[in-house]
Amino acid sequence: MTYKELTDTEIIKRVLQGEQALYAQLVLRYQSYVFTLVLRFTDNREDAEEISQDIFVKAYRSLADFRGDAKFSTWLYTIVRTSCITFLRKKRLPTASLDNEKTLMQVESRESDIGANLIEQKSRHAMLNAAIGLLSPNDSQLLNLFYKGEQSLEEIGRIMGLDPNTVKVKLHRARNRLREKIETHFSYAVQELSGHDGI
Amino acid sequence: MNTEQPMEDRLWDYIDGLSSPAEHSAVETLIAANLQWSRKYRELLDVHQLLAGSELEAPSMRFTKNVMEEIARHHVAPATTTYVNKNIIRSIGAFFISMIAGLLIYCFAMIKWSGGSSSSSNLISSYSTSLEKKLPLEKINWEKLFSSSYVTAFMLIAVVSGLVLLDLYLQRKKQQVS
Repeated sequence: MTYKELTDTEIIKRVLQGEQALYAQLVLRYQSYVFTLVLRFTDNREDAEEISQDIFVKAYRSLADFRGDAKFSTWLYTIVRTSCITFLRKKRLPTASLDNEKTLMQVESRESDIGANLIEQKSRHAMLNAAIGLLSPNDSQLLNLFYKGEQSLEEIGRIMGLDPNTVKVKLHRARNRLREKIETHFSYAVQELSGHDGI
Repeated sequence: MNTEQPMEDRLWDYIDGLSSPAEHSAVETLIAANLQWSRKYRELLDVHQLLAGSELEAPSMRFTKNVMEEIARHHVAPATTTYVNKNIIRSIGAFFISMIAGLLIYCFAMIKWSGGSSSSSNLISSYSTSLEKKLPLEKINWEKLFSSSYVTAFMLIAVVSGLVLLDLYLQRKKQQVS
């Protein structure tokens, strides 16, 4: 049996028994998942990478606390969330009033930059990421957990402290808001993409 | 209310595979027969496919190596359950319970039991009479005691804490059932 065939729980058990090197398998499995989730909070690849690294170190140190009654990714997400919130608290993000004309112009130019960049890339992936980036952190987390983390409604509910039905409603709304963002800001890119492979 | 909302909700459930078999076939029929449903389904399915087909962002090539180098300097911490002594938590709980019980006993002892005249209550009556002599209740200004802001705040905190604990208990029970 190769390491790739081992389940998360088996790997954790062996890491706790002293096979530290096996932890690399867990990092390999979840690095993109963690990095993507963190990137939604930070909007900066360097910060996201540093925080993600810190998350895996924290997870390693607390590995004995993983009881195995939930998925490893669910448990890992709780560390992702607390680490990102701590990061955002420490880092004072620059804020500006929306009443300010200059701020509005900056927002508009940012959005048009995204659109222009997308037309160049003609990438569905880039457009989606940019559209998700325009959503609230809660909406983007929900979409990431459901689609990229492949978490069930019950698991997301457990993570967020919500009822599965509430998660379902919030998920519907998040997808609708994403659709609105795509229609509002990326309609031109969608048409371009539809011309190539149809969305 | 938006009339499209129930339709969208039903379609999302259908797309996510969350609807019951009966609902699934009902929605399927609606998509096939109704142009509005069919159009909305296509629209939502596009978003779903876009999200489902999206790729994860990848960190740098050295990421795993960096993490492994970092954890080489660390050890797995012992599980929290091994160093949190349950007896300490139990004794703290017992302390608070005994405090509440003591308070309740004191309050009951303060009540004037001599209202009844039956022979079975003679013992209690004699006890309360002797207690009354020791503690002249009429001299205590109850109105002042219960109208103080401290008592009100205490009662409020106690009620809120009770409700929070009840909510936590019910949530845990619900999760266990599900």
